[in-house]
Amino acid sequence: MVRDVTLGQYFPGNGLIHRTDPRVKIVLLIAFIVLIFCTFNYYALALTAAVTLLIVLLSGVPIKMYLKSLKVIIFIVVLTSLLNLFYSGGEPIWQWGFLKVTAEGINRAVFITVRIISLILATSALTFTTSPTDLTDALERLMKPLKVFHIKVHEIAMMMTIALRFIPTLLEETDKIMQAQKARGADMESGNMFKRVKALVPVLIPLFVSSFRRAYDLATAMECRCYQGGDGRTRMKILHMRKSDYTVTAFMILVTGGVILCNILFQTVV
Amino acid sequence: MEFISAENVSFYYDTDDEQQNSVRQYALNGVDLEIKKGEFVALLGHNGCGKSTMAKQLNAMLTPVGGDIFVDSVNTKDDKKTFDIRRKVGLVLQNPDNQLVASVVEEDVAFGPENLGIEPKEIRRRVDKALKDVDMSEYSKHSPSKLSGGQKQRVAIAGIIAMEPDCIVLDEPTAMLDPKGRQEVLDAVIKLNKENKITIVLITHYMDEAVLADRVVVMDKGKILTQGTPQEVFSQVQLLKKHRLDVPQGTELAYKLKCSGANIDKMPLTDGECIEMLEGILG
Repeated sequence: MVRDVTLGQYFPGNGLIHRTDPRVKIVLLIAFIVLIFCTFNYYALALTAAVTLLIVLLSGVPIKMYLKSLKVIIFIVVLTSLLNLFYSGGEPIWQWGFLKVTAEGINRAVFITVRIISLILATSALTFTTSPTDLTDALERLMKPLKVFHIKVHEIAMMMTIALRFIPTLLEETDKIMQAQKARGADMESGNMFKRVKALVPVLIPLFVSSFRRAYDLATAMECRCYQGGDGRTRMKILHMRKSDYTVTAFMILVTGGVILCNILFQTVV
Repeated sequence: MEFISAENVSFYYDTDDEQQNSVRQYALNGVDLEIKKGEFVALLGHNGCGKSTMAKQLNAMLTPVGGDIFVDSVNTKDDKKTFDIRRKVGLVLQNPDNQLVASVVEEDVAFGPENLGIEPKEIRRRVDKALKDVDMSEYSKHSPSKLSGGQKQRVAIAGIIAMEPDCIVLDEPTAMLDPKGRQEVLDAVIKLNKENKITIVLITHYMDEAVLADRVVVMDKGKILTQGTPQEVFSQVQLLKKHRLDVPQGTELAYKLKCSGANIDKMPLTDGECIEMLEGILG
């Protein structure tokens, strides 16, 4: 039952976006998200939306996967757009009781909807096309400069790596313990919420105990393999910026330029 | 001096007895042990005899409270040389699940060399070679959680050989595996000993594994009970039985036959030798 949970959302492939350096992808994604929220008229908004669609199509991941990730946030999108629609200032176009719709409200609702959807699609594109290992690896390298502020970048990355490694192992173990407790007559499927949560205690306690034992073993194994923190450590994989990475970066710079131009040339709507 | 030499080593753990008084429990009590380069030594003993403690002594995970251990003439108590010793003597633990660090096989194998600060190209070469040595090359991009127990344990061994050690200590590496996984791991270990000339210390309580070694060391209550070639050790059936230790099935059969008057001069160790012996008796 628990074993069905898939780890991360990585969708293996070999498209342009899959091959792009994970560091480039992360940096560009952050820049793009900022850009999405810096669109002040419909031309700029349309440009970012078009780029988002382009990314989605180029990623080679089935559209169904993207729709799934949108389904999760549909409630938030509807709620925020309704709030924006009805609670904006300006001259009412339409009024019914305390609900009034203004031109500004419509604009805001459209903007917030498109922005949130673009944001989710672009972020999903990153997690769909980058394996969790590559993500942690890229984050470690990107955060390296933070060492100046005494942030333990290597240790954080190591923790993420180990967490990723042990999630399937612990899920499997949870499953085993649940089976074992069921065999002893534990009832986990009936009763109200409170009863069910309480029924999980006999699963969680053995799981905790064994996790600590695993942690102790792992620490021993790591010390046996000469682990002494991030200092003096090298990596097998070296990330190289390739030509395609520069092309992708150049493209995003062009898009940024386009958005700025639209913002200057056309009237501000929001 | 031999590659590893332990001189009168003792070690204790502080534990609580039933009245909550802290007591010293000696896990090792005057162990003298020498291991030659290239040798395949099996360390036998039942639970709590101190064999796992001894394993951790050999790569400076623990240091003796009495006596000394020298690895390649370096005392394990020398703090500055700890990582040198661990590079030379690798330790593989019992549970394969708990000793893999990364979620991709080849990255896990690279973990050791990465810690040593080796050049990326050289790490790549060592990782490929280590995976080939344990016959796991085709799984290099897999996730360890998808592998069988025997495969995981072989990846763990590859993680150690990628550090190019002179000696590997394996602490009951097959205890949690099915027969097929056990055989895979044993084959890999024997291959490393014969082809790569790596010194092997195999801790086990399977007698049929101990038979494969050049030398068997039997431990009991923190001391060495007896040692010698498998033939010499397992011939002492009475001594081993007295200390609640098993002998290989064939040896036990021969011993019982001998007790009841059969004429047996050479104790059989493996199933094959046992069949030969029986054929000899039956004519």
